[in-house]
Amino acid sequence: MKSTEIKPGIYWVGYIDWDVRDFHGYQTSRGSTYNAYLIVDEKIALIDAVKGGYAYDLIDKISEHIDPAKIDYVVSNHTEPDHSGELQRILDIAKNAKVVATQKGKDGLEKYYEGNWDYEVVKTGDSISLGKNTMEFIATPMLHWPDSMFTYIPEQKLLFSMDAFGQHFASSGRFDDQVDICELLAEAKIYYANIIMHLGSTVARTLKAAEKLEIDMIAPSHGVIWRSMIADIISAYQDWAVCKPTNKALVLYDSMWHSTEMMAVSIAEGLGNGGVPAKLLNVSINDVTHLATEVLDCAAVIVGSPTLNNGMLPTVASFMTYIQGLQPKGKLGFAFGSHGWAGGAVPKVRTMLEDTGVEIVHENITCKYKPDAEELKVCYEAGQILAEKIKTNICLP
Amino acid sequence: MEKYRCIPCGYIYDPAVGDPDNDIAPGTAFADLPADWTCPECGAPKDEFEAC
Ligand SMILES: [Fe+2]
Ligand SMILES: [Fe+2]
Ligand SMILES: [Zn+2]
Repeated sequence: MKSTEIKPGIYWVGYIDWDVRDFHGYQTSRGSTYNAYLIVDEKIALIDAVKGGYAYDLIDKISEHIDPAKIDYVVSNHTEPDHSGELQRILDIAKNAKVVATQKGKDGLEKYYEGNWDYEVVKTGDSISLGKNTMEFIATPMLHWPDSMFTYIPEQKLLFSMDAFGQHFASSGRFDDQVDICELLAEAKIYYANIIMHLGSTVARTLKAAEKLEIDMIAPSHGVIWRSMIADIISAYQDWAVCKPTNKALVLYDSMWHSTEMMAVSIAEGLGNGGVPAKLLNVSINDVTHLATEVLDCAAVIVGSPTLNNGMLPTVASFMTYIQGLQPKGKLGFAFGSHGWAGGAVPKVRTMLEDTGVEIVHENITCKYKPDAEELKVCYEAGQILAEKIKTNICLP
Repeated sequence: MEKYRCIPCGYIYDPAVGDPDNDIAPGTAFADLPADWTCPECGAPKDEFEAC
């Protein structure tokens, strides 16, 4: 795959990773790309690098246009190794290049690479002229690391947004209008849910700051470049920043001898008959990447676990730990499950739900061994009660 | 004096330490930080902090 010119004299020189299926635990079922960009002007700038192992490809792509030794600036918008992993190899060739980063970016790069690099530390409002193009820098701390920044080229209305607006999505098309729209939006949503969900207030603040910029192209560091659907992705980010609920409830559970599963089914039936479609999701067979994506835009998170050794099942604990870190906003829910004798799982699930920020709208539902008709009715009615609350919450009749 | 935690990033403001990067002297209570003070890690404003 050759480089792609995205604006006059500005090239995508990244790497398409068709094979990656696990990105630090995130299931990347459609692969990914590590996007780097080259600006050829009176001065030469490289925006970010690629993940370790792919320098050969980056150097080939840069060499289609210039001798890499001539690079004047290497901009590190984000310190994470999927973008900085090959900086040292580039700097070995581009001996006079300055590394442009925020102070926190410099601190992080020094810890990772111990390189004696020549830095130019920048903050919001700073800019560097390359000739016809100017690089303006906008610090975006905690989107999604403290070091993160955007680089904006006003002359081209082009925003390099690093991980923001990214997607783990390998494709031969480089632009949003060259790929399947449903796949693209699905991957953008999975990315947001798993990498950015807990940073909603930071996203809202950054979107507000970016409103002032004239943008007709957003070039992220993963996936395709936005040019035809900029308004769509920004409005999606506005919804996701507040975890805007849709008319959908999740019943997440695991079961040992089908008892907790029976309860889950009754709760889901109560929700469904109350007018809220429910998804039954067994956490032991669904991976957390996709479960987190379901959580992003659901209205309710109802979690069930049988009791094992006085606690919840490790599968449920694993899911709850992941979701607790992602801190979804504005979700309703409650805890349920069966037990043999003393119990213990359900109150622990409830505590984890509370720590996740879920508003508990029904008392714990438990039963011994196997739910009888009366106990299943309690589950069904809990689903119905919750459905009424959800419809009020999201303003459905 | 009470410590405050930044909700977005988890940074803890400890009045005993202050925020030397932003010229906030040790001994400054959270309430006495300037209104435009922001989290030194992530830039979150004061109202995104909670007592801990
Ligand atoms: Fe990242
Ligand atoms: Fe990344
Ligand atoms: Zn913070």
